[in-house]
Amino acid sequence: MTRKAVALISGGLDSLLAAKLIQDQGIRVEGINFFTGFCVEGHTHAIRKKDRNRLKRNNALWVAEQLGIKLHIIDIVEEYKDVVINPKHGYGANLNPCLDCKIFMVQKAHQWMQQNHFDFIITGEVMGQRPMSQRKKTLPVVSIESGANDLLLRPLCAKNLPETRPEKEGWVDRKKLHGITGRSRKQQMALAQQFGFEDYAQPAGGCCFLTDQNYAVKLQDLWDNRGRKTYELDDIMLLKVGRHIRPSKAFKLIIAREEGETRFLSGYKKQFQSIKTVSHAGPLTLVEGEKLDSQQIELACAITARFSKGRDAESVEMVFSDQDQSSQQIHIRPLADIQQDWYIR
Amino acid sequence: MNDTLVELDARRLLCPMPVIKLQNCINQQASGERVEITCTDPGALNDIPAWCRINGHAVISSHEQADEYIILVEKGADDT
Repeated sequence: MTRKAVALISGGLDSLLAAKLIQDQGIRVEGINFFTGFCVEGHTHAIRKKDRNRLKRNNALWVAEQLGIKLHIIDIVEEYKDVVINPKHGYGANLNPCLDCKIFMVQKAHQWMQQNHFDFIITGEVMGQRPMSQRKKTLPVVSIESGANDLLLRPLCAKNLPETRPEKEGWVDRKKLHGITGRSRKQQMALAQQFGFEDYAQPAGGCCFLTDQNYAVKLQDLWDNRGRKTYELDDIMLLKVGRHIRPSKAFKLIIAREEGETRFLSGYKKQFQSIKTVSHAGPLTLVEGEKLDSQQIELACAITARFSKGRDAESVEMVFSDQDQSSQQIHIRPLADIQQDWYIR
Repeated sequence: MNDTLVELDARRLLCPMPVIKLQNCINQQASGERVEITCTDPGALNDIPAWCRINGHAVISSHEQADEYIILVEKGADDT
């Protein structure tokens, strides 16, 4: 009887190697990849015009293709919110709930395993590689709190851990597993060479924006100014686009930095108040906040004009539009200086 | 192939969301049925064919039209 394993495929080298090691033991492996909304590395490339010609591949799909396995991409955006908003084990250096995230993903993989009649789960975790989720103390926490228990096998560091059921039952040969520890990637790179894998994704601290300080600052600002920790998918997409400037607690401006971003933000004009420069080339700006009064509109337009080709002009003509597309023309002198503490970064 | 054609609108969705939308649709289809997906993220031109290759589906055609990418996919044979 051929045993079946579901592999968490992030697109990085470790998950590639973990799946390969098990595949080579005659196990049928299929991959699972979770879309949280924060793994958006490729998005800015899709948005920004200057980057459109150097689109990145989806590394999880690339890994699956190298292995010749199926890949199931699962949208967990809604369920994942609770992980980000209320992490039981807390955040890392920024707003990254790495341990809760790993527990949640293994839990989801375990559910998928049961629904699809697979036998066990594999991950590319390496003991000591990550300060929060991949430590000697936390690896068992992931196994237990996810509910996967001894059906979770980490082929790259299995020899440092108690035997799992796939090993005890003889589904896999423990001797062919590894005992890698620590942050050095030398052993993984040697294994990759042994297997003939080239052009794999270089480790870059993960593809999750929650580990990025600038992004985390913007998300925290969003929560602080809404007075509650919530978000929608559009919120977390918009945090990655444009300059974010908050001149007052009442509103924030998202100002496109180039043509591609202007086009992307245009798709949100029915959801936000917006500003467009008319007399000069300039960015599209979305206004996040309550309906602005006339003084706030003038300030928002003056800031936007500052980023237009008319920044040095006496007056710039702008159009301020509401979500219903009713609009008013504004003639405004561009703001000379933007207060540095208005920038959210 | 058979005559069934499902049209999917993935405009303004950024990858991998178009792939997820296609995947969820095709999982409900029978072998030989076709799905035409319209995307605005050019990344879909790489990701959808890659997803089709690893999952045994065929890209019948793909073309760009006014900043939109239209990809026609035929579901492959079901396996166990």
